Amino acid sequence: MEMLRALTYGPLVEMWEYPIFLAEVALNGLLTGVMYSLVALGFVLIFKASGVFNFAQGVMVLFSALSLVGLMEHGVPVWAALVLTVVIMVVLAMVIERVMLRPLVNQDPIILFMSTIGLTFFLEGFGETIWGSNVKRLDVGIPDAPLDIGGVLVSTFDLWAAAIGATMVVVLAIFFQKTPIGRALRAVADDHQAALSVGIPLRTIWVVVWSVAGMVALVAGIMWGSKSGVQFSLSLIALKALPVLILGGFTSVPGAIIGGLIIGVGEKVAEVYWGPAVGGAIENWFAYVLALLFLLFRPQGLFGERIIERV
Amino acid sequence: MAGERRIGEVILAVDQISLSFGGVRALENVSFDVRRGEIRAIIGPNGAGKSSMLNVINGFYHPQEGRITFKGQTRTQMRTHEAAEQGIARTFQNIALFKGMSTLDNLMTGRNLKMKVNFLLQALHVGPARREEIAHREFVERIIDFLEIQAVRKVPVGRLPYGLQKRVELGRALAAEPDLLLLDEPMAGMNSEEKEDMCRFILDVNEEFGTTIVLIEHDMGVVMDISDRVVVLDYGRLLADGSPDEVRRDQAVIDAYLGAVHD
Amino acid sequence: MLYREAGLFKTTYTADQALFPIPLDRYFVLAVLAVAFLVVPLVANEYWLQAVLIPFLVFSMAALGLNLLTGYAGQISLGTGGFMAVGAYMTYKIATGFPDLPIVVAFLLSGLCAAAVGVLFGIPSLRIKGFYLAVATLAAQFFLSWMFNKVPWFYNYSPSGTVTAPPRTLLGITVTGPEASAEVRYLLALTLVAVLALAAKNLVRGRVGRGWMAIRDMDIAAEIIGFRPYRTKLLAFAVSSFYCGVAGAMSLFLWLGSAETEAFSINVSFQVLFMVIIGGLGSILGSFLGAAFITLVPVFLTNAPQLVGLSMPVDLQKHIELMIFGGLIVFFLIVEPHGLARLWQIAKEKLRRWPFPY
Repeated sequence: MEMLRALTYGPLVEMWEYPIFLAEVALNGLLTGVMYSLVALGFVLIFKASGVFNFAQGVMVLFSALSLVGLMEHGVPVWAALVLTVVIMVVLAMVIERVMLRPLVNQDPIILFMSTIGLTFFLEGFGETIWGSNVKRLDVGIPDAPLDIGGVLVSTFDLWAAAIGATMVVVLAIFFQKTPIGRALRAVADDHQAALSVGIPLRTIWVVVWSVAGMVALVAGIMWGSKSGVQFSLSLIALKALPVLILGGFTSVPGAIIGGLIIGVGEKVAEVYWGPAVGGAIENWFAYVLALLFLLFRPQGLFGERIIERV
Repeated sequence: MAGERRIGEVILAVDQISLSFGGVRALENVSFDVRRGEIRAIIGPNGAGKSSMLNVINGFYHPQEGRITFKGQTRTQMRTHEAAEQGIARTFQNIALFKGMSTLDNLMTGRNLKMKVNFLLQALHVGPARREEIAHREFVERIIDFLEIQAVRKVPVGRLPYGLQKRVELGRALAAEPDLLLLDEPMAGMNSEEKEDMCRFILDVNEEFGTTIVLIEHDMGVVMDISDRVVVLDYGRLLADGSPDEVRRDQAVIDAYLGAVHD
Repeated sequence: MLYREAGLFKTTYTADQALFPIPLDRYFVLAVLAVAFLVVPLVANEYWLQAVLIPFLVFSMAALGLNLLTGYAGQISLGTGGFMAVGAYMTYKIATGFPDLPIVVAFLLSGLCAAAVGVLFGIPSLRIKGFYLAVATLAAQFFLSWMFNKVPWFYNYSPSGTVTAPPRTLLGITVTGPEASAEVRYLLALTLVAVLALAAKNLVRGRVGRGWMAIRDMDIAAEIIGFRPYRTKLLAFAVSSFYCGVAGAMSLFLWLGSAETEAFSINVSFQVLFMVIIGGLGSILGSFLGAAFITLVPVFLTNAPQLVGLSMPVDLQKHIELMIFGGLIVFFLIVEPHGLARLWQIAKEKLRRWPFPY
């Protein structure tokens, strides 16, 4: 009976009785959600512009953070390390375009997907070979102090993170909707061949979009890294961005954001309130199972477009 | 031309079909019938709703209004795979072969509904499973001979030239021994020699197996030569229905479509 | 001119549809089996059996399973490790719950359990494809590993949370548990793999396999021809998970001896996926080649530096391994999406024409 209560309505009662605690849990989840959103954003960018489902986005977060920390450990000042890491991510985008994407143009999406799994492993091995695999502390000087807002404790770091995330989304939205290069990106996403035939330089576009995704990864890497250290598990946590995409739809920027927040809050609340009844650690799968249920009932996601099949 | 061919009762009746996607009307109140043993052509300009009509007939699109009666059974909704079970086979405008599989395997897929041996026996490949596989192979080999594609029997179809792929696709549809065969532009993109071959195959299929055929074609010469009756669609509406000669003389058709065509 | 087809005339379809229509192929396969069954157990030492051959067989089985699903039916899965875990834990439960049941029966029963779980997680495949499905199968991976970790019933409430293969005999010989010799475990694994590989081959060349490939190549056309998509896909999930389940059972009982869920983690799923890609999607032979390749690379990396007198730190070796695997995946997808199996086929084509270039 006790068990049943803990599994079902018990936690709801608890939430009702201690709203401050609920708010803190939710806020905590919300900020994890911002990280998920940022990783998911990188996925969406690349998917929109090249139709490639970039499994390596997570490891790009790790790689960029590793590079940044690595450079800083070698005595490079923060601003220079940031610039250098951006350069590294751009070079990486160029290499990926040259070595991987170009030979695979017009292949089945699933082949491209699997090639990005290969890329994931390669980058992970490469990053750790160069920068080492021990956990590193990252401090780029974002202030971190507790702040009391109406009885709920918030860290200023988290507020910064949210603000930076929001700014990035706005910038990207403008970039996609208003600039010529954004239009070209959307054309490429629709049809490689058709875009080529109207004179859009496919390769440049790809390099641009992978670079932008690299920078998004860097931002995510910085935030996540400063919060919990730069280490291999970063790329695993980034896998969580996949269910976020299912919720938000693969082509929707707002979807990525909202999906990330829902998953962040949902899994934290589920873990804190329902987790203890089943042994804990349900954070590990909650997001995926939620995505699975979504797939069963609304495969196109919250904001995705419905696809009409024709023969 | 009819000779000893027998054209029988109505096998397929299309009754007041309307189909739309979102706000776009693809078909509007279309009715016609197909008789057993005949070759029925559907013509019309691009976007007239011809392919949509075929997709409705074999259950891939679900019309908002109207009924389809096939072999005496009336249906409003049906699932795609049920069409095959009822004896409808088709080819596609843009070839829809299984590219990774050989010609032989592609044709064998057409036999799938005739194969009954259960899963376990197949895994063991003993007795009935082996016999069944051989029996259907024999049937498929007859189609291979008929379509003159012996040489490419074991070649993955993705590597075949376009004309041959079209032929293999026809073969796959034939392998199902359909009562009704739907051909979506069987001669699109072919040169005149390939077209002649394809015409011959279609006529042979119709005469030798008595298969009822509904085909969509753009080449007026071909349509007028081989079909018994013609349906003309325009903007999703039925414009005319009758023998090739009647259709050719129909003023509405001439205005809308044929007027621009010179033989 | 040793290996050829010309001059061989098949007079019946039975002969043409034989497993290996070319006699030399037939002899070759028989020879490989004979060596594997008779010679290897006599000459191989403990290290080779335990560190190379048995894991190779375990992973061959898993790769076969995934190849049926991904290579033949075109449904990508990242849940292989989870399905293997089902096989391992269920065999453990069955073997400890019914000690008198022959262990091979326990293997097969737990394979069936895995098949059922596979079907459950395969249900979304009816509505989604490609990477959507990949994410759905990740749910299987993470949920199953969590379940076997957190629900004590599955590991018989042992305080360490590990499961240990109990000693069981087959025909009077101890085949599992700490007492079982590597040779015996190898032979049992080999038998299972040989039998199930043959069954897989039979399936893919018959109606079932054609249905899978039809769905893979063009699902709409397959449906219009009369294949029922949901039945075909779920069957693929069931069969594939059965193989993965048996592989998991073999992994615990014939290879590792005792294990935790970590032995069936997401990394295993990726590893098996790599085997299938490198070996060749849609090829039974490829599953074996891929498994051999992926099991041998780490062995090579461990031993090669010592041969040339270098010592390589373990973590560096791990990183290089990752880079090699990742690089090879991209390389194979670009150069030869059909993997090692295709290279083997090309070699045979060349051999068939030899000594003439054309």
